[in-house]
Amino acid sequence: MAAAVPLSIYAALFFGSYPLSADAIHEALGAMIHGQAETQALVIVRDIRLGRILLSFLTGAALAVSGGVFQGLLRNPLADPFTLGISSGAACGAALALGMGWTMAGLSTLPLAALGGAFAAMILVLAMSRLAGDFSRESLVLGGIVVSTFLGALIALIKSLNEESVAAIVFWIMGSFQGRGFEHIELMLPYMAAGCALVLLLARELDILGLGSEQAAQVGVSVGRARIGLLVGAGMLTAAAVSVSGIIGFVGLVVPHLVRMLIGPDSRPLLLFSALGGGILLLWSDVLARTILSHGAELPVGVVTALFGGPFFCLILARGRRP
Amino acid sequence: MIEIKDLSAGYKGLPVLRGISLTVREGEFTGILGPNGSGKTTLIRALSGVLPCASGSIRIAGHDIKALPAKARARQCATVAQKNPGLSAVRARSLVLMGRYPYVSFLGGYSRRDHLRAREAMQETSCLHLGQRSTEALSGGELQRVITAKALAQDTRLLLLDEAASNLDVARTMDLYELLKAKNAAGLTILTVAHDLNLAALYCQRLVFLKNGSVAADGPTREIFTAQTLSEIYETPLAVAAHPLTGAPQAYLVPRA
Repeated sequence: MAAAVPLSIYAALFFGSYPLSADAIHEALGAMIHGQAETQALVIVRDIRLGRILLSFLTGAALAVSGGVFQGLLRNPLADPFTLGISSGAACGAALALGMGWTMAGLSTLPLAALGGAFAAMILVLAMSRLAGDFSRESLVLGGIVVSTFLGALIALIKSLNEESVAAIVFWIMGSFQGRGFEHIELMLPYMAAGCALVLLLARELDILGLGSEQAAQVGVSVGRARIGLLVGAGMLTAAAVSVSGIIGFVGLVVPHLVRMLIGPDSRPLLLFSALGGGILLLWSDVLARTILSHGAELPVGVVTALFGGPFFCLILARGRRP
Repeated sequence: MIEIKDLSAGYKGLPVLRGISLTVREGEFTGILGPNGSGKTTLIRALSGVLPCASGSIRIAGHDIKALPAKARARQCATVAQKNPGLSAVRARSLVLMGRYPYVSFLGGYSRRDHLRAREAMQETSCLHLGQRSTEALSGGELQRVITAKALAQDTRLLLLDEAASNLDVARTMDLYELLKAKNAAGLTILTVAHDLNLAALYCQRLVFLKNGSVAADGPTREIFTAQTLSEIYETPLAVAAHPLTGAPQAYLVPRA
């Protein structure tokens, strides 16, 4: 499965609206490695295709890992990276940036605003859950609903105050990698790496928390500390993903389920394989999103994941139920 | 081994234990008995450190359990809980291995020794053959044995059990108590909550009766397990006679005339 990652990245280079021959792509790859003069093919392969391909892979990986952690931590198969309202925070930040026409950080303004919104929402939910019941599952889910609803209203308010921005906000929320590349990777990678490290270090604790918090404490887990570490880690992964891509559903919900069916419930392998699976899934979804329409038009990748993923997941579920 | 002084504990605005003092010496096999709602489970939860004491103190092997970090506490005392609500699906082997968590460093993994101890513990509770099964696919009795193995794998000198036999049939109950007896003979201090008076009287050297959150009676089984004490504590007439084979006192229900 690990070999599928470089293969997918390589194969995805061949898809795009501008026709490039295999030789041109190989030449461009060679030029990238040896640092030769800039050609048109090199710019397309490196700056337009490769950056976007890597970004879609990383985003898919972050969403799938984060979904796996939330499903385990909240012990709810319906949990996904967006359950705690972190995505609403990102959407709200993006809506503010678009609605107010912010440009102080250039092209990074939008993702930075989304990242800020995501972290603000995460802190808000954690604080509410802390007050209401020591990070219990119920208080987290309820806090997430409250924050999502409130921020949803805020987004609607921004839209109604500035009607010109509505299309841009709606399009951002649907999720897309259009026009994104290496500068977005630079922006999200630190949070993604930190989040990944945190949840993988706490994977053993995540397994034990499945016993229930009381039994986990009786085998020596500091339950509160483990919970908050996992929440912050998964939250950072979600924030990193949504800030550069918008809200791409389905990957974070379904990939951990599929991996659990295939390899079992132990958290560390589950999270690792979810990362690979989620990355590859989103990478190919994005290839589809940018090639399925003619004349260089694109579908939002979130539409692709949901449109193709939904029926596929139904099929898997139906087959899994058969004895 | 256990020193409880003036312990009060309970739930939001509802005190359950009211000023309990109790000392358990190393190597004792003690049964905690008492009517429903007398505070038996609360006592086990407080001893295992998951329920904070409202007042008073608990010391285990000389350590104040409030001051002990979670892992250090789990190296002193293992617990087999009464219920396992909402247990996530895991392989039985992985579940037993979790009992080795207090010996694993933050960055390290489970060692060969940890796997070996988990295996031994599963052999002791005869559930080794269930290792690859998911906890979802286990019967209540099988799950209880797996959970008991997890507690044994913790390698503590003190074992707390809360109605550990409640899901087991007669043969499995006897297996469990024979195992506890052997472990006790090898030096393990055992404190078990029991509903079954006669089972406790057969195996425990000492019985502590709780009632309304205080200790109502406490002493060696043969001295304290009398018709008068039992009838008073359970507020129902009970007769006591010696077991025909072992001589241990056994209680009999008496129909009301």
